[in-house]
Amino acid sequence: MPSLAGLFFWMNRKIETINKITITKPLKLDCGKTIKNFPLAYETYGKLNENKDNAILVFHALTGDQFVTGTNPITNKEGWWVTAVGPGKAIDTDKYFVICANVIGGCMGSLGPKDTNPENNQPYGLDFPVITIKDMVKAQESLLEHLGIKKLLCATGGSMGGMQLLQFCATFPDKAFSAIPIACSSSHSAQNIALNELARQAIMADPVWDNGKYVSKNVQPKNGLAVARMVGHISYLSEKGMQEKFGRKLQEKADYEFSFNADFQVESYLRHQGYAFVERFDANSILYITRAMDYFDLSKQYKGGLVEAFKNQDTKFLVISFSSDWLYTTKENKDIVIALNASGADVSYSEIVTDRGHDSFLLNEPEFLKTLKGFIDSMYEKFKNEKRI
Amino acid sequence: MKSLKMKKEFKVIAELLPNNTRVLDVGCGDGSLMNFLKEEKNIEVRGLELNQENVQQCIHKGLPVIQGNAETELHQFPNQSFDYVVLSQTLQAFYNPEEVLKNLLRIGKAVVISIPNFGYWKVRMKLLLFGEMPVTKTLPNTWYNTPNLHMCTIKDLFKFCYEKNINIKQVIGVNEDKTSLIKKSNLEIKNLFSKLGIFLIG
Repeated sequence: MPSLAGLFFWMNRKIETINKITITKPLKLDCGKTIKNFPLAYETYGKLNENKDNAILVFHALTGDQFVTGTNPITNKEGWWVTAVGPGKAIDTDKYFVICANVIGGCMGSLGPKDTNPENNQPYGLDFPVITIKDMVKAQESLLEHLGIKKLLCATGGSMGGMQLLQFCATFPDKAFSAIPIACSSSHSAQNIALNELARQAIMADPVWDNGKYVSKNVQPKNGLAVARMVGHISYLSEKGMQEKFGRKLQEKADYEFSFNADFQVESYLRHQGYAFVERFDANSILYITRAMDYFDLSKQYKGGLVEAFKNQDTKFLVISFSSDWLYTTKENKDIVIALNASGADVSYSEIVTDRGHDSFLLNEPEFLKTLKGFIDSMYEKFKNEKRI
Repeated sequence: MKSLKMKKEFKVIAELLPNNTRVLDVGCGDGSLMNFLKEEKNIEVRGLELNQENVQQCIHKGLPVIQGNAETELHQFPNQSFDYVVLSQTLQAFYNPEEVLKNLLRIGKAVVISIPNFGYWKVRMKLLLFGEMPVTKTLPNTWYNTPNLHMCTIKDLFKFCYEKNINIKQVIGVNEDKTSLIKKSNLEIKNLFSKLGIFLIG
């Protein structure tokens, strides 16, 4: 196994080769600071047609990146939404032009805390400005400008991706013909803030973290980051799903070892997920992105609350939730539907019944994928007709 | 008009709804009524439907539909946010039809309700002559698996509206392909010969 430092060096070199634009326009962040001339990494799939009416923007979740489908060239693993996006899939790249950008604050080529601070030529670390969901979305809007797309056929995203999408629709009400927020919320709940805080505290408790200054030493607080990831993985499953998947099954052994090794399969699963994650993600990015999620409260941005946020929407919405998702519950998703209804927006809603928890949107859930496909295909027909008129 | 295949009941309901209005179809099924209203009458439609498969069908047709239970989830629609609310043959299946009806009248400026008429002569005969709970084309379920908790007749709903001070604008009786206006004067006879009653109230 290569050393972690070597791995970082190799990953950083590969990151140099991915698509990115430099956003020259200054972006005033919610925290008051301004960033300019910063990189935004993105990936596209399929072809933009002549009328430019087949573009779909995907917003990624907390630990996602721009590599939606196919093989992620950095990790050599499958893209995170390969179940839904690709040739012949629900979001069919033979038909649609799919765009996804790495969020700012992330670590897959867009400006993030591991980049060099031009002021002192040191990695930003905690000098990186605190960013918000709105900042992320504004940066991505510049990408659309760059690609020459005036109006998207559809924008979609699950989890934090859904939160970005709601913000996008509120801030740029005429940029998307249709929108599919999936398993998300219009404001982060106390429980979700608590879980994020647990993840952050795990990272900060790792002595290697060193107030975020580990980057210049080419190390990573991998123990803390792995625990942070384990917290996440527990929250992505449901109690029933976890029981069915693991139960009390032991990991390749006949009986207890009477030790603290991973006796149970569920322990082994968490350790595997945790330590696989440290190879592709930056600990400080987790701090910044979870903070952005916690600060997200769309209703707070508008005097009249959430209903006001969605006023004057021409966008056609489809909200989707999963019955066993306890992280972004059906109730929270329905609150979005209620607000959209109250503001007179065109909204559909479907609750997919499944035991697979929050993770469902990333999995092969036939009912979910059918709904997704049906909506996007029917929206494409409408959008084409509308453009013709 | 395009010859969209649609049952007589929906044709009658569609005729009651003026063009270019805003309509909520509660229990919209696979969206066939909504599709007709949208395509033929330029009506802005919204649906509420419980069944997952039906919801998917509506979405495939590009019809806005919210998956949910009318019994518990009508609160999400603001007061007077629709010109019309349509409820087709489900009033009798709610635990609390009175509460649902109140909500429909709150959401819509007017409400169209259709009910399978328990006063239809064949239904009455079945119980009177055979002493069995009626099973007919409009009421296909048996007593132990019927979703219908509160069966009523056209006359019952008439009385209900009077008692609750709900304004009845129009009532239409449907028997197969025939329709007729129902008034106080012909209520007894129409209550005997109509399979369905369609009420425009509010």
